Amino acid sequence: MKDVRLLDRAFDPNPLIDALAMACPAAGGLATFLGKVRMGEGVEALALSHYEPLTLPGMDTLADAALGRFDLEGLLIVHRTGLMHPGEPIVLVSAAARHRRDAIQAVDFAMDHLKSDSWFWKREKRVDGWHWIEPRAQDADDILRWS
Amino acid sequence: MAVRIVFLGKLADLAGGAERELPAPLDWMALVEACDGDLGDAISGDKVRIAVNGAVLADKATLSAGEGDEVALLPPVSGG
Repeated sequence: MKDVRLLDRAFDPNPLIDALAMACPAAGGLATFLGKVRMGEGVEALALSHYEPLTLPGMDTLADAALGRFDLEGLLIVHRTGLMHPGEPIVLVSAAARHRRDAIQAVDFAMDHLKSDSWFWKREKRVDGWHWIEPRAQDADDILRWS
Repeated sequence: MAVRIVFLGKLADLAGGAERELPAPLDWMALVEACDGDLGDAISGDKVRIAVNGAVLADKATLSAGEGDEVALLPPVSGG
């Protein structure tokens, strides 16, 4: 089971995770990562822009890569675009597998690729206005773990 | 109809808008010439990639866009 979504409004992760668990009765476990806008670092809002012809197809290709690489029963990848505030979910990856390591590694793999190799551009609003966020060297290093 | 240019990320700020139209046919040299100042420098950078109708080009210099094509200029992604 593969469920890949790009959402332009706030979402509740729990029903999506429950639906994955329901759809994968053979799974012995489920690993989930939920990324949220950090609070208390002077960031008032976050805006994520994307490019329709590339972003969702790229996420779908990533999901296929994870399903091909790990022994999974199901995979859920959900990513926000648009304007978000501290505490709001940005990204949700949940993997269901017969055995835990496949689930945990699939989530780690998908997150490293979403952070460094997916078509999103991020701006932060601070007290002095909006700032584009440049790529981090750490993100580029993280993806090399999987090559 | 012309070639639609889409500027992503901070390139939209430098371009003063997310989209422009340029006359077809359009190659890479003509695109750089149409983007003056900081914008031209920015899109010429190694890290900016280009897509035509949703397909990313391996080499920007091979750009060859015609009537109705959409050309996207893609700066480095900043992660989700």
